[in-house]
Amino acid sequence: MTNMPGLETIIEITYLIATALFILALKWLSSPTTARRGVFAGELGMLLAIAGTLLHHGIVEYKWIVIALVLGTIIGVPLGEVAMTAVPQRTALSHAFGALCVTLVGTAEFYLRTPDVPRFMMGVLSLEVILGSLTFTGSLMAAGKLQEVLPQRPITYKGQNIVNLGLLGVAVVVAGILVAHPEKTQLFPLIVGIPLLFGVMMIIPIGGADMPTVISLLNSYAGLSAAAMGFVLDSKLLIIAGALDGASGLILSINMSKAMNRSFTNVLFGAFGQEQAAVAGKQEARPVRSATPEEAAAILAAANKVVIVPGYGMAVAQAQHKVRELYDALTKRGVDVKFGIHPVAGRMPGHMNVLLAEADIPYDKLLDMEDVNGDFPQTDVALVIGANDVTNPAARTDAASPIFGMPVLDVDKARTVMVIKRSMGAGFAGIENPLYYLDKTLMLFGDAKSFVGSIVRELGGGHE
Amino acid sequence: MKLDLLTSLYVFMLAAFIGFEVIRRVSPLLHTPLMSLTNALDAIAVVGAIILAGEYHAHGAMLAKILGTIAIVAATSNIVGGFLITDRMLKMFKASGPKKP
Repeated sequence: MTNMPGLETIIEITYLIATALFILALKWLSSPTTARRGVFAGELGMLLAIAGTLLHHGIVEYKWIVIALVLGTIIGVPLGEVAMTAVPQRTALSHAFGALCVTLVGTAEFYLRTPDVPRFMMGVLSLEVILGSLTFTGSLMAAGKLQEVLPQRPITYKGQNIVNLGLLGVAVVVAGILVAHPEKTQLFPLIVGIPLLFGVMMIIPIGGADMPTVISLLNSYAGLSAAAMGFVLDSKLLIIAGALDGASGLILSINMSKAMNRSFTNVLFGAFGQEQAAVAGKQEARPVRSATPEEAAAILAAANKVVIVPGYGMAVAQAQHKVRELYDALTKRGVDVKFGIHPVAGRMPGHMNVLLAEADIPYDKLLDMEDVNGDFPQTDVALVIGANDVTNPAARTDAASPIFGMPVLDVDKARTVMVIKRSMGAGFAGIENPLYYLDKTLMLFGDAKSFVGSIVRELGGGHE
Repeated sequence: MKLDLLTSLYVFMLAAFIGFEVIRRVSPLLHTPLMSLTNALDAIAVVGAIILAGEYHAHGAMLAKILGTIAIVAATSNIVGGFLITDRMLKMFKASGPKKP
């Protein structure tokens, strides 16, 4: 191909344009009005980069590439069309796929380059396969838990953190030996195998409510492993895409850990879900006030301002469309209805927003915790649907509470609080919620979907 | 080699800073689509897999072909699925329209 000296330059230019398009894609994602343009920019960049790569003169055989591209598309389409409630597990699965790709390429690169792998190369290669393989099994485990094919309950045992950190430590030591002596190829399977095991062990103690943090963290690992792959292959495009993904996962992880009042190091070392079994048992039968759908409807109809606080329970009950009918019925009566969304409500960052947007609730009615908390004192009714710990006022007032210091939605400052809940059972963390015993609180016992449906019927709305 | 490496580190550092600044501005409203979009972009690793699967290798050709092909499948499914679902999600986000009587 000496007669085509410009080809390499053309490929590099497609990569350069792709990089710019990727950054623009993320920039446009900052606002819902430009976000879809961002997706288009991303697609264009991806298309350019792949087309450029296929021109690469080193490629001698296209058969398998084409087969793989077609097969990947066949698998990818159904993954792009899953129901919105399944988005968390789909996301976890895609982290696993990304990590799988990186790990396989890293492994192949090692065996192709051995025995003379330069030291620095060996270092980043180790980082690539360690991060890649632990993200692969970790994400598969997370997806399994979210899909409920694996037990969701956190499984803990004594010395768990020591075992886990020990495993990771051994992998790092082996990687160190390989950097010093890259010719010891028989050690290489260890820096793939041990992190594969570590990924499983890391997710075993994780319960459902910690999933938003874990998914973000796995996102960050997937990005960093891809960036390491970029160093190995000397691909600036890959370094940049990996760094962007890594940064995004890191920002989300920090947001999530702040929203759960965990320190970031606590999150980094996978020490999730430790305090969970802590408080339970001291449950006494205190009186609560409950109400029927008719009473709830009357109070809502008389309100001027209502804030609805959704949680994972709303997603489980598939109640978002009924909630939309309630929103319609109240809005029609001139009630101002907004939604207050806690950062860790649901199973991944932004989960509630997507479900409510799917139910056609305008996004300007969906408010973050910081934006909505100031509104509660002027709110007539705060309606909590399937959320528990994120509304617990003990996080503000009771220093003995395990969630003390966690930022919560101040629903107790509203004039009336209504909580739709199946029963008086404690929440995920087994922490009692004093909110339920306040004089201003009305408990609405029942399934979220049918209860909201009953309220809507009382208000004379609904589409059935 | 040394110089290349240093350039790569500079590129990584600058990209990380840009990433932080750009992504910090993404509203929590769109954090789920953000994750699916960055995931699709991250699957640009497919370019490495394509070269691995397609290049001539004097030794280890079989290994490179098998691992490279599986890697392309995994990355392509992320690209296709990731862009599809991100766009589907973003289509759902609508502002409240003009008030009808």
